[in-house]
Amino acid sequence: MDFISILSIFVLACFVGYYVVWSVTPALHTPLMSVTNAISSVIVVGALIAAAAAGSASSKWLGLVAVALASVNIFGGFAVTARMLAMYKKRDR
Amino acid sequence: MHTDLIVAVPAWVLLAYLISGVCFILALRGLSGPESSRRGNRLGIIGMTIAVVTTLVTHVPWGIGESPLREQGGAVFDWSTIGLILGAILIGGVIGLVTARKIQMTAMPQLVAAFHSLVGMAAVLVGAAAYLNPEAFGIAVRITPIYGPSIINILPVSRIEMGLGVAIGAITFSGSVIAFLKLNGNMSGKPILLPLRHVINLGTLVAILGLIAYFTQDQAPWVFFTIAGLSFAIGFLLIIPIGGADMPVVISMLNSYSGWAAAAMGFTLHNSAMIITGALVGSSGAILSYIMCRAMNRSFISVIAGGFGGATSSGDAAAIDRPFKRGSAEDAAFLMKQADQVIIVPGYGMAVSQAQHALKEMADRLKAEGVRVKYAIHPVAGRMPGHMNVLLAEANVPYDEVFELEDINSEFAQTDVAFVIGANDVTNPAAKTDKGSPIYGMPVLDVEKARTVLFVKRSMGGVGYAGVDNELFYRDNTMMLLADAKKMVEEIVKALG
Repeated sequence: MDFISILSIFVLACFVGYYVVWSVTPALHTPLMSVTNAISSVIVVGALIAAAAAGSASSKWLGLVAVALASVNIFGGFAVTARMLAMYKKRDR
Repeated sequence: MHTDLIVAVPAWVLLAYLISGVCFILALRGLSGPESSRRGNRLGIIGMTIAVVTTLVTHVPWGIGESPLREQGGAVFDWSTIGLILGAILIGGVIGLVTARKIQMTAMPQLVAAFHSLVGMAAVLVGAAAYLNPEAFGIAVRITPIYGPSIINILPVSRIEMGLGVAIGAITFSGSVIAFLKLNGNMSGKPILLPLRHVINLGTLVAILGLIAYFTQDQAPWVFFTIAGLSFAIGFLLIIPIGGADMPVVISMLNSYSGWAAAAMGFTLHNSAMIITGALVGSSGAILSYIMCRAMNRSFISVIAGGFGGATSSGDAAAIDRPFKRGSAEDAAFLMKQADQVIIVPGYGMAVSQAQHALKEMADRLKAEGVRVKYAIHPVAGRMPGHMNVLLAEANVPYDEVFELEDINSEFAQTDVAFVIGANDVTNPAAKTDKGSPIYGMPVLDVEKARTVLFVKRSMGGVGYAGVDNELFYRDNTMMLLADAKKMVEEIVKALG
């Protein structure tokens, strides 16, 4: 992909983000933070590439540490969000 | 002679990352309501799984067929690499799951800060890995001269993206560490003000940007690592002057940064899932910061400049002498039992004393007596956006009894009892009347319009984060309930019988 296509994706995604986030109900702002936290760990993709690549041992180890850190976030972030969301209940009548 | 190392990526891989990005958009979209949110979270998990599996399939040397990375094309099955990667995922996953299960809901702000710091650190590490092995990321050009060893040149655009990604990641990391220490109570919530801090901070930021520009000309290690080092330093420096009560803004801002860091890395890696996610998270954090600032009637710049909530005490001595009405748990129970409607206003104090479960019990007793009970939440109540809502949800308070400021403010005038527990500044009528007050103009809950205000507070001495006395304490229709929030509520429950 060339720089302009990437930039286009980025700019459009910013707009999508803007409208999607305004539609989030304020009661769910804490789960919003924890889930955005979990998804921003998609940076694990970069970590995996570094960890899998040959050619530089130090790069590989940095990648492995990053994989572990991002995994904490992915598993922890989604799990804690699910735990919170399960608590939001309607009045039982 | 030039050898272009940018490897063509198969179309299905691009599509997979795109689908993963769409899943993340839908995950956030689901949060528009509690019912759809659970499905949204599952979509987020699916999106992440797609991204991780796609990367593993295309980059790990499985030894099956041809790997898209030339160096590993048709490589033998590399057990050690696969084992190490799976081991890293396993270790991280177990730590994450155990933490998520054990964490107290009141500690959620600290946990989110800690998670932000991990994203920041991961971004720095990925940036460093990409710097050390640019060919693996397809962002370098190898120049092989006729004589001498070949030179690997990182593409100039990639250098800027990498520099920005590492800088934002490092700021996110060190800033989040400070935010965590402040929220967790390991570090005083009071702002720490260094002399000349604005000059130091601005100078450091300019230096970082200058070095990133210089990095395009010279890819020497010192440039790269100085960028990282200065960014770690500026992260610490930016957050230490910010007081504990401004943490809702700080934590939202760091949320935003962690997104921009992921987006910058996405640019480096040409990965659409990372770019989409980064943009989503970046705008999410920015919007939350904006909402928090608006709820405090403060500009983003003044929060970032820090120092708010530092000056206290001066007014306290005078304040203690003013007459106020003090009530007991029995008085409170009697007043609320007689009421048609009670509105509960929770604040950070409720979180500190873990009073939410006792509060729910009190509300249940009142409802059994035929009293209507509602909850009013100010946007900045607590230490992070939505903090109070989560705590009430934890105590099984139905979410349709919980109202936002603008939806419930007009109801106080027709309410018999406003029960303020652990909130202070967000109820201060001075915000509406006293132009000299530091919180003037901040939207507040009109609790003083209720027939009676019951105000649960540890003692008369302390003031809210803004360091201003609350006019409400001395009103005729206010009764102060001076005790630990949880103990007081438990006593009221007992008195309700």
